[in-house]
Amino acid sequence: MLITAINLIYLLGATSFVIGLKQMSSPDTARKGNALATFGMVVAILATLFIPITDAPNNYLWIFGAMMVGGIIGYISAIKIEMTAMPQMVSVFNGLGGACAAVLASTELTQYANGATILSKGQLLILLITLLIGAIAFTGSMLAYAKLQGLVKDSQVTFPKHNIVNLILLGALLAMSAYVYLNMADPTLWYIVLVMVLALLYGFSFVAPIGGADMPVVISLLNAFTGLSAAAAGLIYENKIMLVGGILVGSAGIILTVLMCKAMNRSLLNVLIGGFGENNQTATDNGDKQLAKEITYTDLAIQLYYSKSVIIVPGYGLAVAQAQKVVKRLDNLLSANGVDVKYAIHPVAGRMPGHMNVLLAEADVPYPKLLDMEDANEEMPNTDMVLVIGANDVVNPAAYDDPASPVYGMPVINVWEAKNVVVMKRSMSPGYAGIQNQLFFHHKTKMLFGDAKSTLEQLNDEVKILDT
Amino acid sequence: MEQLFLYLENNLILIYLLIFTVILGFEVISKVPTVLHTPLMSGANAISGVVIIGAILLIRNAAPTDYFSLSLGALGVVLGMINVVGGFAVTNRMLKMFSKKKK
Repeated sequence: MLITAINLIYLLGATSFVIGLKQMSSPDTARKGNALATFGMVVAILATLFIPITDAPNNYLWIFGAMMVGGIIGYISAIKIEMTAMPQMVSVFNGLGGACAAVLASTELTQYANGATILSKGQLLILLITLLIGAIAFTGSMLAYAKLQGLVKDSQVTFPKHNIVNLILLGALLAMSAYVYLNMADPTLWYIVLVMVLALLYGFSFVAPIGGADMPVVISLLNAFTGLSAAAAGLIYENKIMLVGGILVGSAGIILTVLMCKAMNRSLLNVLIGGFGENNQTATDNGDKQLAKEITYTDLAIQLYYSKSVIIVPGYGLAVAQAQKVVKRLDNLLSANGVDVKYAIHPVAGRMPGHMNVLLAEADVPYPKLLDMEDANEEMPNTDMVLVIGANDVVNPAAYDDPASPVYGMPVINVWEAKNVVVMKRSMSPGYAGIQNQLFFHHKTKMLFGDAKSTLEQLNDEVKILDT
Repeated sequence: MEQLFLYLENNLILIYLLIFTVILGFEVISKVPTVLHTPLMSGANAISGVVIIGAILLIRNAAPTDYFSLSLGALGVVLGMINVVGGFAVTNRMLKMFSKKKK
């Protein structure tokens, strides 16, 4: 009776996940969806705490203690984190989920190796899979975090011929796992430890060569991995909500990964092998001799103030400088003078899809002011002024005319079709993808160097003078 | 091989569930506006924290003197809990900003 009731609660939890995720994919219901998924998780955890298990010692003290610790750490980090660091945070949370799955699998495997439990062949296989995927998701996510946080540079963690190193590691990992699986009658603890170490190394090495604009794709893929490891663990515990939740996340992560790859016009394989950064020499060569024209604050303020229409193209520089609210103030000042201010959001601007939307939403920029790439490109020829703030690769014309460039073929925002372009940037250094941008030398383009926030503040002061 | 087939046979319902959920997942998520990609990824990430359930079951079944399983299980619960609580809280923070500006 009680067991049936609790299984029905699991069903309720699983249904909440599915409906919650569905609601999260539409702007009107997204918040409700998140609340519903949270509800599903709460009931699922409660049900797990109280489902009757024959002769179980329960050890509730251990469980509640650990839940308190984890809950508090999770809550505080989620509340304290800066909006700009959101992608890293998601990556860390994701990695910890993977670590949880890996810890589970290694505990079960150790018990088995010590002769404390008996596993069927199928269970052993699934445990090995859980361990592999979980461990890869853990170290991969942590490296992705370190890269996004700027703790390590792409070049610091790669070997020459890194793809070959990766293949060897993967081969060793699979061979070792197969060895453990085939010799299941006589399991040795050290071999299982070796499998885990190899998987941890591979996760690190797998993410190491991937950099540039590809980071969001990897995080999304690792997110799918964590989901799959949770689902595999669900098969071991024969727990249906783990299976449903894990698989849902697995498909979500894969779909998102594919959508992001599409936005960049590249295949997943191309991303994983690390196409960026290999041939960037050819694209930089002719850039050095050209001169970029600078603009003064006063000139820019006047141009903006008397434009009919202005499109702002935000990028990662805006996020780093925390300049979203200052942009909004500029928008207010200009709009008050009748300027039509819009924002063009490239699908992969920033470090994650939707990153810019989140930032601008934080600054209370109204939803209708945000244009997606297609709409923005249609409006470009009728736009007086484009202000590119801290974006680079997503406005690179090489995507159209330089087959040698790594971004060739990627859809970009055609800012050069507008009447004037001003690029705000910290320096002439290339963007995250490590390639030079011909836009800076375009005859319509003027540059304004400096940190996005302080530059925009000075610009706001200049506009205010015009306003009085 | 035979044992593997036996396992598949015994868990056929779970395998049905697995395959249908994959299809369901693709269908539920295939149409998402770019705006929601980051919150959706974050929300999905929080859901992947269901793995915590395995950790709870591990502790509940461990002998009270089996400190190896207990401590690793507790580590699993801590990690899973950070994933779940942090994940949902961060997602809610992101989405809150969307709903605020709608008014």
